[in-house]
Amino acid sequence: MILSIVHRATGVALYFGTLLLAWWLIAAASGPSAYSYVQGFMGSFLGRLIVFGYTWALLHHLLSGIRHFVWDLGYGFKPNERETLTWGALIGGITLTVLVWIVAYAVGGGR
Amino acid sequence: MAEFALPKNSQITGGKTWPKPAGATEVREFRVYRWNPDDGKNPSVDTYYVDVNDCGPMVLDGLIWIKNHIDPSLTFRRSCREGVCGSCAMNIDGQNTLACTRSMHDVKDGAVKINPLPHQPVVKDLVPDLTNFYAQYASIEPWLKTTTPTPQKEWKQTHEDREKLDGLYECILCACCSTSCPSYWWNSERYLGPAALLQATRWVKDSRDEATGERLDNLEDPFRLYRCHTIMNCAKACPKGLNPAEAIAELKLKLVERQI
Repeated sequence: MILSIVHRATGVALYFGTLLLAWWLIAAASGPSAYSYVQGFMGSFLGRLIVFGYTWALLHHLLSGIRHFVWDLGYGFKPNERETLTWGALIGGITLTVLVWIVAYAVGGGR
Repeated sequence: MAEFALPKNSQITGGKTWPKPAGATEVREFRVYRWNPDDGKNPSVDTYYVDVNDCGPMVLDGLIWIKNHIDPSLTFRRSCREGVCGSCAMNIDGQNTLACTRSMHDVKDGAVKINPLPHQPVVKDLVPDLTNFYAQYASIEPWLKTTTPTPQKEWKQTHEDREKLDGLYECILCACCSTSCPSYWWNSERYLGPAALLQATRWVKDSRDEATGERLDNLEDPFRLYRCHTIMNCAKACPKGLNPAEAIAELKLKLVERQI
């Protein structure tokens, strides 16, 4: 039940994250000063924390969505399969998020 | 509409602690939800001490011991005492299950906490009002529907077709699954709930039944069937080890399959 609630919550968080993405794109289209303002915010500690949360929400919701897709196809209902899928989505989401950020920092050098 | 807090008259207040049985060497603490429709008071949780050496191992044995030895006013349903009738379904240690098949020794340390099935009107103490639940079961028309003339003897079925009913026919309608489902809590007046839907699957899959299309038509509804969001509490709760979530997924698949 808890992971079902987390799936919902991350889904709601994605709306908010999409707004951030839209803000970033609009700023990029508006000109250098607006863009640098958004970049400044996203680069701040708070901004990075929000983007980190967005990354996790996105990846968790993706994996959890695949889990629901498997169930909708009629598979994965046995107790052990159910638990594996659920823990897989949770741990996989966190692992992928950390990986993405490690790669991002390695490539971008923390800019 | 979803309610996240108990109404004022349903909030649990206080409760009586009954004295420990005299001469008992080993006791187990039971905390039991009490509510009496006649005294106008809020519900409470009473504490009892059961003499483990004078009582069977199951939670139901403990409740019967309390009723016989401490408090005859304690009210609960029970009948078969072996997991066949589904009468003694209640919430034990946070899990919906049958009191007759749950050993009190499997409930981890501390008190055995017992409440009525969640989110149902309470008739008294541990007795929930399941009128709506039974009406929903009736609404899926749980009987064989045929149009071909009735055969001289029984309606025949191959062994393979009979096997398709395994995992469905065993349901005893104890309501543990439906009352564990958040979707059912919020929408029980419109969503059929896992128990009724598992029974619907049982009739949809029956090779002898000739009303499959009509049955599926009745289920194709945003609330009646599709309020199931595969939360899986039902499969976790079922004291018979059945899987209502899987049965519901089969119904959803059948609804898609008949469109292609």
